[in-house]
Amino acid sequence: MSSLAAATPTTTWYLILAAVLFGIGAVGVLVRRNPLVMFMCIELMLNAVNLSFVALAEKMGDIGGQTTVFFVMVVAAAEVVVGLGIIVSIMRRRPGVTADDVSALRG
Amino acid sequence: MLELIWLIPALPLLGFLVNVVLGRVLGEPKSGALATLMVAASFVVTVGAFFDLISMPAEERHHVVTGFSWVPVGSLHVDLAFLADPLSITMALFVTGIGTLIHLYAIGYMHGDPNFSKFFIYLNLFVFSMLMLVMGENLLVTFLGWEGVGTCSYFLISFWHTRDSAATAGKKAFVTNRVGDWGVMMGMFLALGAAGTLSYSGINHAAESGALSAVTATAIGLMLFIGACGKSAQLPLYIWLPDAMEGPTPVSALIHAATMVTAGVFLMTRVNPVLAIAYDWVPTLIAIVGVATALFAATIAVAQTDIKKVLAYSTVSQLGFMFLAVGSGAYVAAIFHMVTHAFFKALLFLGSGSVIHGMHHEQDMRRMGALRKLMPVTAFTFIIGWLAIAGVPPFAGFWSKDEILLFAFAKSPILYVVGMITALLTAFYMTRQVIMVFFGEARWNDHSAEHGAHGDFKPHESPKIMLLPLVVLAGLSVIGGVMQLPFTKDLHFLEKWLEPVIEFGEADIHASWAYENKYLLLGIAVVVAISGILLSAVVYAKKKIGAIEPALLADGWRYDRAITSFMGGPGRRVFDGVAWVDRTIVDGAVNGVGRLVQGAGGTLRKGQTGAVRNYAAAVGLGVVALLVWFLLRGVVL
Repeated sequence: MSSLAAATPTTTWYLILAAVLFGIGAVGVLVRRNPLVMFMCIELMLNAVNLSFVALAEKMGDIGGQTTVFFVMVVAAAEVVVGLGIIVSIMRRRPGVTADDVSALRG
Repeated sequence: MLELIWLIPALPLLGFLVNVVLGRVLGEPKSGALATLMVAASFVVTVGAFFDLISMPAEERHHVVTGFSWVPVGSLHVDLAFLADPLSITMALFVTGIGTLIHLYAIGYMHGDPNFSKFFIYLNLFVFSMLMLVMGENLLVTFLGWEGVGTCSYFLISFWHTRDSAATAGKKAFVTNRVGDWGVMMGMFLALGAAGTLSYSGINHAAESGALSAVTATAIGLMLFIGACGKSAQLPLYIWLPDAMEGPTPVSALIHAATMVTAGVFLMTRVNPVLAIAYDWVPTLIAIVGVATALFAATIAVAQTDIKKVLAYSTVSQLGFMFLAVGSGAYVAAIFHMVTHAFFKALLFLGSGSVIHGMHHEQDMRRMGALRKLMPVTAFTFIIGWLAIAGVPPFAGFWSKDEILLFAFAKSPILYVVGMITALLTAFYMTRQVIMVFFGEARWNDHSAEHGAHGDFKPHESPKIMLLPLVVLAGLSVIGGVMQLPFTKDLHFLEKWLEPVIEFGEADIHASWAYENKYLLLGIAVVVAISGILLSAVVYAKKKIGAIEPALLADGWRYDRAITSFMGGPGRRVFDGVAWVDRTIVDGAVNGVGRLVQGAGGTLRKGQTGAVRNYAAAVGLGVVALLVWFLLRGVVL
């Protein structure tokens, strides 16, 4: 246990954490039907990617990766505004609706 | 003034547009006056352009006014451009000049017609199209006018479309003309392929400089000649012109005598360098078709009883003369005869219209006679037209016909002899017509029962507005020959004027026997004309010899019927076969492709479930698949 406590987190740890978070998010999008939860899972995936960007930027000494994260966060914020707006308006019209029920684009 | 030549076609177009919008409001006679005014204004511009051109040195008489780039596609570049040169201005002068007179006449002739303004709409549109045809700087602009005059001809032949025969005649003219139009299009494509341009100067320059091979020139010349045969009513495509007489008489005078039917001769003259470098048999073929048509139509005219049908067949015959001239390399003579023919044939048609008007729409010459006392002005002018077409000196027709026959003799004495026989027949049937209509005893009362509604029927002279054009045209028919008198070189005004356009194609006959003995030929022509007239007078006025008018000739050698039974029998089956191929194979292929796409779409659309999670799964799987693919190929990420 002492070795674990003494160990400094390496880049690999962050990347593994990012991969796990991304996987949770991806599975969540695929298996959950509640649009709000699916939306949160997408946010999780985005932030997993952000984490890997930051970790790699630190490792390579390149500020570019960290800059990209700011862009991702700004775009994500904008996307939340639009996405939440759509979800709220759908929920208001059809309370308790699931993602599978909204299939007006079926061919 | 030369910069303004675009006004020449634009003014009739303006008249057309105004009459389309306001024609009904303006009514009779204002809409007719407007149309007449527009054509007259166009004539004034043309006269201005003429004086501008003639004040320039001969070799500079070629002015192009480009409106806009019409078809810019890759290497194909066609402008909407107008050309002012001696040929186009000559054509435009008589189209607008005679057009104005006939518009004026039509105001009187169409009096009381319920569709008065519609008539002038079509008439203006026709003049516009005809001017596009003659003023065009390239084959495509000419073709636009070519199709335009064909369409207007169709509208105007079937102007009284409630009459079944008029509607049929219009369709017949349109369909027959399509055959010729095919030839013009083929000629255009060939010219574009060989010379790389559609402009006349480009094509003619390619011919003159030897860039065009003799084979190509032959093909282009033949194709354009097929087009000319259709439009100018030559064998074997002449059949529509006699039927076109179903249209109102001003239409017959303007379109089917003076202007549109000469378009073929114009086109041949326009491309004369191409014909000059084609194989020798091409001009010979044109001359043979021309002289054969001239003789053929003249024999039919001898036995016709309808006053307009005689003139129609006579027109076909005279157009044959013009093609004889083109084939003999006598382009000046062709244009000369075209102009004089426009004068006297328009006069004869308008005269016959005046007779029909005065006879309350009776067209059968067997029910006329002795009209000279009741219609003195019509009779007097008609007689001048008759002398001109019969070839009596010093009237216009004599000089132009003689010039054609001179060149024909230089080409081949056989052409000359056939041409002379035709000239004899021309004098004969025209005299017959004049005697039947204006002399002898009055026969209209024999049928008074049919005219019961009129009470005691009496033909009357036409109003002044119809007589004025007759008098002007009669004057022109008398003096028209002055343009080109054969005596000395100084009197060849038309030849000097047209020289820049035709010098490459014009045949040189100065060394021939015919040219050295031209006064002898002149004398023969006079004798032939006089003997034709005297023979006819003996037969129809003195009645010393019985008239020979076999039913075969009255029926036009049964040519129409032969075509009907051929096209209705074997032809019909060929067309049915072609239609079947089109329906099953061509349409089948097109519809098959459509059905294939439709079926494929119907199957594929099932993949679109509309469920967001399915799409997400597809995206996820796609990413995984891409990753696997990259890893397998060893791409370093």
